Amino acid sequence: MIRFAWLVPALPLVAFFLIVFFGKRTPGKGAPIGIAAVFAAFVLSLLVLSHVAGGGEPVERSLPFFQAGRLELEVGTRVDGLAAVMMVVVTLVSLAVQVYSVGYMHGDRRYTWYFAALSLFTGSMLNLVVASNLFQLLVGWELVGICSYLLIGHWWEEKENSNAAIKAFITTKTGDVPFLFGIFVLWLAAGTANIGEITELVEHGEIAAGTLTVAALLLFGGAIGKSAQFPLHVWLPDAMAGPTPVSALIHAATMVAAGVYLAARLFAVFAASATALSFVGAIGVVTMLIAAVLALVQDDIKRVLAYSTVSQLAYMMAGLGLGEPGFTPSQFHLFTHAWFKALLFLAAGSVIHAVHTNDMRAMGGLRRQMPVTFWTFLVGSAALAGIFPLAGFWSKDEIIAAAWHSGHDLIFVGALATAALTALYMTRAVLLTFFGEYRGEAHPHESPRVMTWPLLLLAALSVGAGFLNASAFGVHTFAEWVHVGPEAHVEPFSWALAAVSLLAAGAGVAAGVALYGRYRERDPLRAAGPLYTFVERKYFLDDLYLKGIVRPTAYTVAAAVNWTNQYILDGLVNAAGWVARRVARLVDRLDRRVVDGAVNGVAFTTNVSGGLLRYIQTGNVQRYAVFLFVGVAVLAILITRVA
Amino acid sequence: MSGWEKSAVTLAVFLPAAGALAVALVPRHLDRLIRALGILSSGAALAVGVAILFGFDYGAGRELQFELNTRWIDAINARYHVGLDGISLPLFELTLLLSFLCLVYTWRFLPEPGRPKAFVALTLLLETGMAGTFVAFDLILFFIFWELVLVPMYFLIGIWGSANREYAAIKFFLYTLFGSVFMLLAFLGMFFKGPTPHTFDLLALQEFGAAGGFSRDLQMLLFAGVFLGFAIKVPMWPFHTWLPDAHTEAPTIGSVLLAGILLKMGTYGFVRIALPVLPDAARAWAPAIGVLAVIAIVYAALACLAQRDLKRLIAFSSVGHMGFVMLGIATLSDIGINAAIFGMVAHGIITGMLFFEVGSIYDRYHTRMIADIGGGMLQKIPWLAGLFAYTAIASLGLPGLAGFWGEVMALLSAYNPSGAVSEWTTLFRTLMVFGGIGTILTAGYFLWMLQRVNLGTVPDRWRDVPIPDVTRVELVAWAPLLVGILLLGVFPRAVLGVTNEAVEALVRVFGG
Repeated sequence: MIRFAWLVPALPLVAFFLIVFFGKRTPGKGAPIGIAAVFAAFVLSLLVLSHVAGGGEPVERSLPFFQAGRLELEVGTRVDGLAAVMMVVVTLVSLAVQVYSVGYMHGDRRYTWYFAALSLFTGSMLNLVVASNLFQLLVGWELVGICSYLLIGHWWEEKENSNAAIKAFITTKTGDVPFLFGIFVLWLAAGTANIGEITELVEHGEIAAGTLTVAALLLFGGAIGKSAQFPLHVWLPDAMAGPTPVSALIHAATMVAAGVYLAARLFAVFAASATALSFVGAIGVVTMLIAAVLALVQDDIKRVLAYSTVSQLAYMMAGLGLGEPGFTPSQFHLFTHAWFKALLFLAAGSVIHAVHTNDMRAMGGLRRQMPVTFWTFLVGSAALAGIFPLAGFWSKDEIIAAAWHSGHDLIFVGALATAALTALYMTRAVLLTFFGEYRGEAHPHESPRVMTWPLLLLAALSVGAGFLNASAFGVHTFAEWVHVGPEAHVEPFSWALAAVSLLAAGAGVAAGVALYGRYRERDPLRAAGPLYTFVERKYFLDDLYLKGIVRPTAYTVAAAVNWTNQYILDGLVNAAGWVARRVARLVDRLDRRVVDGAVNGVAFTTNVSGGLLRYIQTGNVQRYAVFLFVGVAVLAILITRVA
Repeated sequence: MSGWEKSAVTLAVFLPAAGALAVALVPRHLDRLIRALGILSSGAALAVGVAILFGFDYGAGRELQFELNTRWIDAINARYHVGLDGISLPLFELTLLLSFLCLVYTWRFLPEPGRPKAFVALTLLLETGMAGTFVAFDLILFFIFWELVLVPMYFLIGIWGSANREYAAIKFFLYTLFGSVFMLLAFLGMFFKGPTPHTFDLLALQEFGAAGGFSRDLQMLLFAGVFLGFAIKVPMWPFHTWLPDAHTEAPTIGSVLLAGILLKMGTYGFVRIALPVLPDAARAWAPAIGVLAVIAIVYAALACLAQRDLKRLIAFSSVGHMGFVMLGIATLSDIGINAAIFGMVAHGIITGMLFFEVGSIYDRYHTRMIADIGGGMLQKIPWLAGLFAYTAIASLGLPGLAGFWGEVMALLSAYNPSGAVSEWTTLFRTLMVFGGIGTILTAGYFLWMLQRVNLGTVPDRWRDVPIPDVTRVELVAWAPLLVGILLLGVFPRAVLGVTNEAVEALVRVFGG
């Protein structure tokens, strides 16, 4: 079956071209093509997963791509449990999103193009997932970036949306550059860009530790950008400008997961460097906390979820920072998070579809009008908050337990605090949106079935997915699929730790109910005064980037360069031309007054030479050609003499 | 060797010139016939080019194929020596393709003040000059083709250009001429200080140079000469100031050919002549060239951010892209020079296409100012705007499209330059970092440009003005380029499979 793994990315990519060229002329305007392709890819992914589930070596199949000197690249697929699980996640989330979009995007100006871009997005991500070498991975990596640009800016009539699209692309591109250099470092050190060969060389200690640290840190730069980690997380909240199903796709499967996946895919490189692991862990702890706090002060329901994604991805990063014990837990969290975050976004989209606003202050009481949306959103929130026995509980608990057992106190404390904050902001979001009285002016109604079915599917997964690795009941299926080394790593389950993490979540819920149980115009947290403002202004990071880097570069520095170009560099050229004209005129005058005056009889000569010299300023090309060849001849004679 | 193999290259090079002659004999009122002759003769040259593609032995890319080496000017031992190897073939084919497409485009679009006869004849003459430059293996022959290019381009800019055309045309002509004089001096130096009997034959000079025939001091001097000639043509920073004026003022196909082909003559000169004939000097000059290349990348990107004229923006972007090409060359490495040739072809296709599109936008809006167009093009003319976005995104180096591999490989070669410049590795890695920053800035100015012209809603002043979308002639002239952009992105072997053999042979003198 693995022979056909290449079809998994290929199908959506082919669908992209089919939709672009024929979509508008086919029934369903292209959507059925994309849905059919991703469904087929999903089925194939399941078959691939079932094939690799038994463990064993990764299966690689590659073809030569090109050779340029020492650079020999192949293109192919490298499938192991990690890749297979990711393929399933990407295709299934994409499938749910595409089906949902049929309803959500109904009547959109660019309906067909939208589905084409979704297919390209999915195919690019899948290429990144299965890539057998780093350059092929890079292709997927950057294509994912441009797809996010296209979809975030889907409604480009509004400047705000295209600004968000550019911001997303440039911010992630800023991470992509170190990422690219990290690939260079590995390529040179290993003499190959093949992921399998690199992993093997690293595991055999063939690559110097210092080199690996540099490579890992550079590669992590890319992960920071794509997975929206501090300090490059600023693009993700703005990315909410895109259609909501796109947010679900970006946040669950196709974009932000790439960074975490990359660190796992090249885990050998990271694991070989204690410095790199500490750095990953530190970024994880910082990001999970600052993002969770930010989620607390948002009024836009999508922004709550966006910061929550940043925070949860940081959870996964912190997990990876634990080293080998954190590997499976972090990927398990990536897996469960995909379902409930996709669910939350699609449910939020359903709400927005009904009330035509993102602002939770204009919602409230929607549990009555939108029961399916309400219940599924509630399930997603509980899963995200880590409530027993939903999916998020199991995966989050594994990371907390791994941090505890491996003695990473900071990560342990940070993860617990984040768990409490997560429960708090999700409680706030649920209460503001679905409880109390409706405060808006629309006429809310439940969404059509094409939108609620995907919600129900994802809700089922959000409930059940955790049982794939429910260590409390001795289930380790996921760990057998996804692990480093020959044996699955099984974290001993501790009810005491689980109780602590549940306590943290419970405290968050309780605080949320206490603060937001009754709706208030003024957010109770505003009592924190300047601290609240500091958080509300996003720690002034956006201002720093915009006013400190982007605007000075785009306006001041650019204008200075342009000025230098026009008045200094080009000024020199024009000055040279001016001097040449002056000299010519001088010679001309000299010629007329001195030569002509002295040799009165040879007026003919004067005319010719004066005329010739005057031609220098006319730009007559034939004359130049004559001068050129005469000059060449003279020089040739001179050089012969010298030689 | 068959007669076909001996004559194919000559045929392809001079068919356009013959076409120019034919056009000259046609009465000027037979407008359609003139334009048809242009398409036919450049089409015939392209057909020969395609036949060459089928006959070329790709396994022997390092050897000169379709070679013809015959007596020419005995007095100075200049020979008519032409041929193709893996380095020149892609550029030669690109020339034939782009010229043909330009003449197809001319079927419908002829800038003011008309005069199709002169326009078509000059374009055909230009094609002969450009194609000849890439096949000449004798320095005098090379020089003549090189200079032949100047004259028609001068007139194309000077007669059919926009408002400031005369200034731009003279500047272009004098600036490049200034460089070529020094280049010629260096050629003469090679002739007189080279092997005996004195020769202009490039292969003989390469052999002589590789064996250390030229003293180091002489090499440095000769390199300075060819450097000026080539660097102005590329153009490298700070010799680039003729380019924005010439590109901006030139008529559409003038800009297409300037950016698409003419600039490559300079970079090709470095690869074909400067590096192999003067290897020690190349080694000594390489760090400086690398520095200038990266200055060009960052500088051009910043300048692009400040441009208000769409065409001038694209023109400046060429300076940056050629910076990547020169960076690859400066590393003297197999990867770097492969990257350079790939980058040349990719830039030729992409930027040629961008100039076509900007020309078409100008034809419709009668302005090139970004602020006057004011956005909303995707609403007003979705196809043209969509293609423009596609090409611009290719130009910013998106993987899957042509701009990617040249850029990435150039940066990779800077990370790992040739052993010949290994003592400068730290410098080259620093250059790589700045080149990387350049890619961010490049993405920035292209996306910003697209935001300002493509996105948003149609401004009031254009709302009721009828503006046609892409026409059939445009689509026909562009289709090969649009397909090529995708093809080179997903199948880079189309170029690298041709160049690699020849490049590996070339860099042997630098120890790989």
